[in-house]
Amino acid sequence: MHLAQLNVARLRAPLDSPEIAEFVDLLGPVNEVSDAAPGFVWRLKASEDPRETVEHGYGDDLVINFSVWVSREALWNFVYRSVHLPVLQRRREWFLHMAEPYSVMWWIPEGHVPSLEEGMERLELLRREGPTPEAFTFKEFYEPGGGGEAGSAGGGGETGSAGSSEGRSGSSREAASLPAAAEVRK
Amino acid sequence: MAALHDPVRRAVYEYVVSRGREVGRNEAAEAVGVQRTLAAFHLDKLVEAGLLEAGFKRLGEKTGPGSGRPAKVYRRAAGEWQVSVPARDYRTLALVLAEVVDVLGGDERAEEAARRAGGRLADRGEDLAQALRRRGYEPYEEDGRLRLRNCPFHVLSQEHPLLVCSMNLALCQGLLEGIGDDPARARLDPRPGECCVSLSINNEN
Repeated sequence: MHLAQLNVARLRAPLDSPEIAEFVDLLGPVNEVSDAAPGFVWRLKASEDPRETVEHGYGDDLVINFSVWVSREALWNFVYRSVHLPVLQRRREWFLHMAEPYSVMWWIPEGHVPSLEEGMERLELLRREGPTPEAFTFKEFYEPGGGGEAGSAGGGGETGSAGSSEGRSGSSREAASLPAAAEVRK
Repeated sequence: MAALHDPVRRAVYEYVVSRGREVGRNEAAEAVGVQRTLAAFHLDKLVEAGLLEAGFKRLGEKTGPGSGRPAKVYRRAAGEWQVSVPARDYRTLALVLAEVVDVLGGDERAEEAARRAGGRLADRGEDLAQALRRRGYEPYEEDGRLRLRNCPFHVLSQEHPLLVCSMNLALCQGLLEGIGDDPARARLDPRPGECCVSLSINNEN
Protein backbone atom coordinates (compact mmCIF):
# COMPACT_ATOMS: atom_id res chain seq x y z
CA MET A 1 0.00 0.00 0.00
CA HIS A 2 1.03 3.58 -0.60
CA LEU A 3 0.25 6.61 1.54
CA ALA A 4 -1.73 9.43 -0.08
CA GLN A 5 -1.76 12.85 1.53
CA LEU A 6 -3.64 16.01 0.72
CA ASN A 7 -3.39 19.38 2.39
CA VAL A 8 -5.03 22.71 1.69
CA ALA A 9 -4.11 26.26 2.67
CA ARG A 10 -6.08 29.49 2.31
CA LEU A 11 -4.08 32.39 0.82
CA ARG A 12 -3.98 35.79 2.52
CA ALA A 13 -3.78 37.51 -0.87
CA PRO A 14 -4.07 36.46 -4.55
CA LEU A 15 -1.36 34.12 -5.78
CA ASP A 16 0.01 36.74 -8.19
CA SER A 17 0.17 39.52 -5.56
CA PRO A 18 3.47 40.83 -4.14
CA GLU A 19 2.58 39.52 -0.64
CA ILE A 20 2.66 35.96 -1.96
CA ALA A 21 5.62 36.35 -4.34
CA GLU A 22 8.15 34.83 -1.95
CA PHE A 23 5.98 31.75 -1.50
CA VAL A 24 5.62 31.35 -5.27
CA ASP A 25 9.41 31.65 -5.64
CA LEU A 26 9.88 28.83 -3.12
CA LEU A 27 7.49 26.46 -4.93
CA GLY A 28 10.06 25.46 -7.56
CA PRO A 29 12.92 24.49 -5.20
CA VAL A 30 10.62 22.76 -2.69
CA ASN A 31 8.78 20.76 -5.35
CA GLU A 32 12.10 19.69 -6.81
CA VAL A 33 13.19 18.38 -3.39
CA SER A 34 9.84 16.63 -2.99
CA ASP A 35 10.05 14.90 -6.37
CA ALA A 36 13.62 13.72 -5.67
CA ALA A 37 12.95 12.66 -2.06
CA PRO A 38 13.40 9.00 -1.05
CA GLY A 39 9.99 7.29 -1.09
CA PHE A 40 8.26 9.90 -3.26
CA VAL A 41 5.76 8.27 -5.64
CA TRP A 42 3.53 10.88 -7.24
CA ARG A 43 2.36 14.46 -7.00
CA LEU A 44 -0.61 16.20 -8.60
CA LYS A 45 0.93 18.75 -10.95
CA ALA A 46 -0.53 21.59 -12.98
CA SER A 47 2.22 21.10 -15.55
CA GLU A 48 5.87 20.14 -15.78
CA ASP A 49 6.73 23.59 -14.40
CA PRO A 50 7.46 23.00 -10.66
CA ARG A 51 6.49 26.62 -9.85
CA GLU A 52 2.87 26.14 -10.90
CA THR A 53 0.13 25.33 -8.40
CA VAL A 54 -2.74 22.97 -9.12
CA GLU A 55 -5.85 24.54 -10.69
CA HIS A 56 -9.14 23.36 -9.25
CA GLY A 57 -12.75 24.32 -8.64
CA TYR A 58 -12.54 24.79 -4.85
CA GLY A 59 -11.87 28.53 -4.83
CA ASP A 60 -9.00 30.68 -6.12
CA ASP A 61 -7.68 31.34 -2.61
CA LEU A 62 -7.14 27.64 -1.87
CA VAL A 63 -3.69 26.13 -2.52
CA ILE A 64 -3.78 22.33 -2.68
CA ASN A 65 -0.88 19.90 -2.24
CA PHE A 66 -1.60 16.31 -3.15
CA SER A 67 1.04 13.57 -3.19
CA VAL A 68 1.67 9.84 -2.72
CA TRP A 69 4.53 8.26 -0.69
CA VAL A 70 5.76 4.73 0.03
CA SER A 71 5.52 5.11 3.82
CA ARG A 72 4.77 7.39 6.75
CA GLU A 73 8.51 7.82 7.32
CA ALA A 74 9.14 8.93 3.72
CA LEU A 75 6.41 11.57 3.94
CA TRP A 76 7.53 12.66 7.44
CA ASN A 77 11.12 13.11 6.32
CA PHE A 78 10.06 15.33 3.45
CA VAL A 79 7.57 17.41 5.47
CA TYR A 80 9.62 17.91 8.64
CA ARG A 81 13.21 16.86 7.87
CA SER A 82 13.97 18.70 4.60
CA VAL A 83 14.05 22.26 3.22
CA HIS A 84 10.26 22.04 3.33
CA LEU A 85 10.34 22.67 7.11
CA PRO A 86 11.61 26.29 7.03
CA VAL A 87 8.98 27.07 4.37
CA LEU A 88 6.29 25.46 6.52
CA GLN A 89 7.49 27.52 9.48
CA ARG A 90 6.71 30.72 7.53
CA ARG A 91 3.18 29.60 6.61
CA ARG A 92 1.45 32.44 8.50
CA GLU A 93 3.10 35.03 6.26
CA TRP A 94 1.11 33.72 3.31
CA PHE A 95 -1.80 31.68 4.65
CA LEU A 96 -4.71 32.22 7.02
CA HIS A 97 -5.09 30.21 10.20
CA MET A 98 -7.54 27.34 9.71
CA ALA A 99 -9.71 26.20 12.57
CA GLU A 100 -10.59 22.86 10.96
CA PRO A 101 -8.20 20.09 9.83
CA TYR A 102 -6.33 21.02 6.65
CA SER A 103 -4.24 17.90 6.10
CA VAL A 104 -5.38 14.30 5.61
CA MET A 105 -3.78 10.93 4.78
CA TRP A 106 -5.10 7.57 3.70
CA TRP A 107 -3.77 4.33 2.23
CA ILE A 108 -4.21 3.50 -1.47
CA PRO A 109 -3.29 0.40 -3.52
CA GLU A 110 0.07 0.72 -5.24
CA GLY A 111 -0.37 2.00 -8.78
CA HIS A 112 -3.64 3.78 -8.04
CA VAL A 113 -3.58 7.42 -9.09
CA PRO A 114 -6.05 9.19 -6.79
CA SER A 115 -8.30 11.95 -8.11
CA LEU A 116 -8.54 15.37 -6.53
CA GLU A 117 -12.24 14.71 -5.79
CA GLU A 118 -11.26 11.56 -3.87
CA GLY A 119 -8.73 13.56 -1.85
CA MET A 120 -11.14 16.35 -1.01
CA GLU A 121 -13.72 13.75 0.08
CA ARG A 122 -11.14 12.27 2.49
CA LEU A 123 -10.51 15.70 3.95
CA GLU A 124 -14.26 16.19 4.39
CA LEU A 125 -14.47 12.76 6.07
CA LEU A 126 -11.70 13.72 8.50
CA ARG A 127 -13.43 17.01 9.28
CA ARG A 128 -16.77 15.26 9.79
CA GLU A 129 -15.78 12.16 11.79
CA GLY A 130 -12.28 12.81 13.11
CA PRO A 131 -9.38 10.43 12.42
CA THR A 132 -10.43 6.98 11.17
CA PRO A 133 -8.54 4.33 9.15
CA GLU A 134 -10.03 5.94 6.02
CA ALA A 135 -8.87 9.49 6.76
CA PHE A 136 -6.22 10.21 9.37
CA THR A 137 -3.28 12.42 10.35
CA PHE A 138 0.35 12.08 11.46
CA LYS A 139 -0.76 12.44 15.06
CA GLU A 140 -3.59 9.92 14.84
CA PHE A 141 -2.00 7.55 12.39
CA TYR A 142 -3.45 4.23 11.14
CA GLU A 143 -1.45 1.39 9.65
CA PRO A 144 -2.73 -0.08 6.34
CA GLY A 145 -5.45 -2.71 6.55
CA GLY A 146 -7.55 -0.76 9.02
CA GLY A 147 -5.60 -1.93 12.06
CA GLY A 148 -4.40 0.03 15.07
CA GLU A 149 -2.40 3.19 15.15
CA ALA A 150 1.31 3.53 14.52
CA GLY A 151 3.38 1.64 17.01
CA SER A 152 0.97 -1.27 17.30
CA ALA A 153 1.56 -4.14 14.93
CA GLY A 154 -1.32 -3.50 12.51
CA GLY A 155 -4.73 -5.15 12.48
CA GLY A 156 -5.88 -8.68 11.84
CA GLY A 157 -5.80 -8.30 8.08
CA GLU A 158 -9.24 -6.76 7.86
CA THR A 159 -9.70 -4.21 5.15
CA GLY A 160 -11.12 -0.96 6.38
CA SER A 161 -14.31 0.34 4.81
CA ALA A 162 -16.18 3.52 5.48
CA GLY A 163 -19.06 1.61 7.09
CA SER A 164 -16.93 -0.13 9.70
CA SER A 165 -14.82 2.84 10.73
CA GLU A 166 -16.89 3.67 13.77
CA GLY A 167 -16.35 0.44 15.70
CA ARG A 168 -12.73 -0.01 14.77
CA SER A 169 -11.55 3.46 15.57
CA GLY A 170 -13.10 2.87 18.97
CA SER A 171 -10.72 0.00 19.64
CA SER A 172 -7.64 1.74 18.26
CA ARG A 173 -8.27 4.68 20.54
CA GLU A 174 -7.23 2.41 23.36
CA ALA A 175 -3.77 2.14 21.82
CA ALA A 176 -3.31 5.87 21.62
CA SER A 177 -1.12 7.64 24.12
CA LEU A 178 -2.96 9.34 26.94
CA PRO A 179 -3.14 13.00 25.88
CA ALA A 180 -3.94 12.05 22.28
CA ALA A 181 -6.68 9.65 23.38
CA ALA A 182 -8.22 12.35 25.53
CA GLU A 183 -8.24 14.62 22.48
CA VAL A 184 -10.12 12.05 20.38
CA ARG A 185 -12.69 11.28 23.05
CA LYS A 186 -13.79 14.79 23.82
CA MET B 1 23.36 3.68 33.88
CA ALA B 2 25.75 1.57 35.92
CA ALA B 3 26.79 0.12 32.55
CA LEU B 4 28.56 3.43 31.83
CA HIS B 5 30.49 3.54 35.11
CA ASP B 6 33.57 1.77 33.79
CA PRO B 7 35.84 4.39 32.15
CA VAL B 8 36.85 2.18 29.21
CA ARG B 9 33.25 1.21 28.56
CA ARG B 10 32.20 4.82 28.71
CA ALA B 11 34.92 5.77 26.23
CA VAL B 12 33.77 2.97 23.90
CA TYR B 13 30.16 4.18 24.16
CA GLU B 14 31.09 7.80 23.56
CA TYR B 15 33.19 6.88 20.54
CA VAL B 16 30.36 4.88 18.88
CA VAL B 17 27.84 7.66 19.58
CA SER B 18 30.16 10.35 18.21
CA ARG B 19 30.46 8.58 14.86
CA GLY B 20 26.72 8.65 14.09
CA ARG B 21 27.10 5.43 12.09
CA GLU B 22 27.90 1.75 12.56
CA VAL B 23 31.27 1.04 14.15
CA GLY B 24 33.18 -2.27 14.03
CA ARG B 25 35.12 -3.87 16.91
CA ASN B 26 38.56 -3.09 15.45
CA GLU B 27 37.73 0.54 14.91
CA ALA B 28 36.39 0.97 18.45
CA ALA B 29 39.45 -0.79 19.93
CA GLU B 30 41.86 1.46 18.01
CA ALA B 31 39.97 4.62 18.87
CA VAL B 32 39.92 3.90 22.58
CA GLY B 33 43.38 2.32 22.66
CA VAL B 34 42.54 -1.11 24.06
CA GLN B 35 42.75 -4.70 22.81
CA ARG B 36 40.11 -5.82 20.34
CA THR B 37 38.79 -8.49 22.73
CA LEU B 38 38.37 -5.97 25.53
CA ALA B 39 36.57 -3.54 23.19
CA ALA B 40 34.31 -6.37 22.02
CA PHE B 41 33.52 -7.28 25.63
CA HIS B 42 32.46 -3.73 26.45
CA LEU B 43 30.54 -3.31 23.20
CA ASP B 44 28.51 -6.43 23.92
CA LYS B 45 27.89 -5.32 27.51
CA LEU B 46 26.54 -2.03 26.14
CA VAL B 47 24.21 -3.96 23.84
CA GLU B 48 23.03 -6.04 26.81
CA ALA B 49 22.32 -2.81 28.71
CA GLY B 50 20.25 -1.54 25.78
CA LEU B 51 22.54 1.43 25.09
CA LEU B 52 23.84 0.15 21.75
CA GLU B 53 22.37 -1.99 18.99
CA ALA B 54 24.39 -4.65 17.19
CA GLY B 55 24.17 -5.86 13.60
CA PHE B 56 26.27 -7.59 11.00
CA LYS B 57 27.78 -5.90 7.99
CA ARG B 58 30.53 -6.46 5.44
CA LEU B 59 33.08 -3.77 6.19
CA GLY B 60 35.47 -4.44 3.26
CA GLU B 61 35.02 -3.70 -0.42
CA LYS B 62 34.92 -7.37 -1.36
CA THR B 63 31.65 -9.24 -1.76
CA GLY B 64 30.74 -12.82 -2.62
CA PRO B 65 32.79 -15.94 -1.82
CA GLY B 66 36.14 -15.23 -0.19
CA SER B 67 35.10 -11.92 1.30
CA GLY B 68 34.83 -13.45 4.75
CA ARG B 69 31.90 -13.41 7.11
CA PRO B 70 30.22 -10.10 7.95
CA ALA B 71 31.69 -8.20 10.90
CA LYS B 72 29.70 -7.34 14.01
CA VAL B 73 28.93 -3.63 14.06
CA TYR B 74 27.44 -1.34 16.68
CA ARG B 75 25.41 1.87 16.74
CA ARG B 76 23.49 3.83 19.33
CA ALA B 77 20.17 2.25 20.34
CA ALA B 78 17.08 4.21 19.31
CA GLY B 79 15.51 4.19 22.75
CA GLU B 80 16.22 6.79 25.38
CA TRP B 81 16.99 6.47 29.07
CA GLN B 82 16.21 8.88 31.76
CA VAL B 83 17.21 8.69 35.37
CA SER B 84 15.49 10.73 38.02
CA VAL B 85 15.50 10.12 41.73
CA PRO B 86 12.92 10.68 43.08
CA ALA B 87 10.60 10.03 40.11
CA ARG B 88 9.85 13.10 37.99
CA ASP B 89 7.80 13.22 34.79
CA TYR B 90 8.37 16.44 32.89
CA ARG B 91 7.69 14.81 29.54
CA THR B 92 3.97 14.21 30.01
CA LEU B 93 3.38 17.76 31.14
CA ALA B 94 5.54 19.16 28.32
CA LEU B 95 3.42 17.24 25.78
CA VAL B 96 0.23 18.61 27.32
CA LEU B 97 1.59 22.16 27.30
CA ALA B 98 2.72 21.83 23.68
CA GLU B 99 -0.79 20.79 22.78
CA VAL B 100 -2.18 23.82 24.57
CA VAL B 101 0.16 26.13 22.62
CA ASP B 102 -1.04 24.48 19.40
CA VAL B 103 -4.70 24.84 20.32
CA LEU B 104 -4.26 28.49 21.29
CA GLY B 105 -2.17 29.25 18.19
CA GLY B 106 0.45 30.61 20.58
CA ASP B 107 3.58 29.47 18.78
CA GLU B 108 4.97 32.97 18.23
CA ARG B 109 4.80 33.63 21.97
CA ALA B 110 6.36 30.23 22.60
CA GLU B 111 9.24 31.11 20.27
CA GLU B 112 9.81 34.41 22.08
CA ALA B 113 9.90 32.58 25.40
CA ALA B 114 12.29 29.99 23.99
CA ARG B 115 14.61 32.72 22.75
CA ARG B 116 14.69 34.32 26.19
CA ALA B 117 15.30 30.93 27.82
CA GLY B 118 18.10 30.23 25.34
CA GLY B 119 19.84 33.44 26.39
CA ARG B 120 20.09 32.13 29.93
CA LEU B 121 21.55 28.78 28.89
CA ALA B 122 25.05 29.96 28.05
CA ASP B 123 27.61 32.29 29.58
CA ARG B 124 28.89 35.35 27.76
CA GLY B 125 32.01 34.49 25.81
CA GLU B 126 31.51 30.73 26.15
CA ASP B 127 32.62 28.57 23.24
CA LEU B 128 29.60 27.81 21.04
CA ALA B 129 30.32 24.11 20.49
CA GLN B 130 30.97 23.70 24.21
CA ALA B 131 27.67 25.38 25.10
CA LEU B 132 25.79 23.15 22.65
CA ARG B 133 27.57 20.05 23.96
CA ARG B 134 26.56 20.92 27.50
CA ARG B 135 22.93 21.09 26.40
CA GLY B 136 23.14 17.61 24.84
CA TYR B 137 23.09 18.62 21.16
CA GLU B 138 26.23 16.60 20.27
CA PRO B 139 27.65 19.12 17.77
CA TYR B 140 30.01 18.11 14.96
CA GLU B 141 31.52 19.99 12.02
CA GLU B 142 30.52 19.46 8.42
CA ASP B 143 31.13 21.73 5.43
CA GLY B 144 31.79 24.83 7.49
CA ARG B 145 28.75 24.38 9.71
CA LEU B 146 28.13 22.95 13.14
CA ARG B 147 25.54 20.22 12.80
CA LEU B 148 23.77 18.71 15.80
CA ARG B 149 23.58 14.94 15.98
CA ASN B 150 21.11 14.75 18.86
CA CYS B 151 17.72 16.38 19.32
CA PRO B 152 17.36 16.98 23.08
CA PHE B 153 13.59 17.29 22.62
CA HIS B 154 13.12 14.18 20.50
CA VAL B 155 9.85 12.87 21.96
CA LEU B 156 8.24 16.31 21.83
CA SER B 157 9.47 16.95 18.30
CA GLN B 158 7.81 13.73 17.13
CA GLU B 159 4.44 14.85 18.52
CA HIS B 160 4.62 18.57 17.68
CA PRO B 161 7.36 18.94 15.05
CA LEU B 162 6.49 22.43 13.82
CA LEU B 163 6.18 23.97 17.25
CA VAL B 164 9.16 22.19 18.78
CA CYS B 165 11.53 22.78 15.84
CA SER B 166 10.59 26.48 15.74
CA MET B 167 11.11 26.76 19.50
CA ASN B 168 14.41 24.92 19.23
CA LEU B 169 15.64 27.34 16.56
CA ALA B 170 14.62 30.26 18.81
CA LEU B 171 16.39 28.60 21.74
CA CYS B 172 19.61 28.27 19.72
CA GLN B 173 19.34 31.90 18.58
CA GLY B 174 18.88 32.93 22.20
CA LEU B 175 21.87 30.84 23.18
CA LEU B 176 23.98 32.64 20.56
CA GLU B 177 22.84 35.97 21.98
CA GLY B 178 23.67 34.71 25.44
CA ILE B 179 27.30 34.09 24.53
CA GLY B 180 27.36 37.44 22.71
CA ASP B 181 27.22 36.12 19.18
CA ASP B 182 25.11 36.77 16.08
CA PRO B 183 21.78 34.87 16.37
CA ALA B 184 21.57 34.65 12.55
CA ARG B 185 24.29 31.99 12.69
CA ALA B 186 21.56 29.46 13.53
CA ARG B 187 19.04 28.35 10.94
CA LEU B 188 16.55 25.56 10.35
CA ASP B 189 18.42 22.91 8.39
CA PRO B 190 16.73 19.60 9.20
CA ARG B 191 17.85 16.13 8.20
CA PRO B 192 16.38 12.72 8.99
CA GLY B 193 17.60 11.47 12.36
CA GLU B 194 19.30 14.71 13.52
CA CYS B 195 18.45 18.02 15.16
CA CYS B 196 16.62 20.55 12.94
CA VAL B 197 19.15 23.38 13.46
CA SER B 198 22.64 23.98 12.11
CA LEU B 199 24.97 26.90 12.85
CA SER B 200 27.60 28.60 10.74
CA ILE B 201 31.09 28.26 12.19
CA ASN B 202 32.36 31.49 10.75
CA ASN B 203 30.30 34.58 11.28
CA GLU B 204 28.88 34.76 7.77
CA ASN B 205 25.71 33.10 6.60
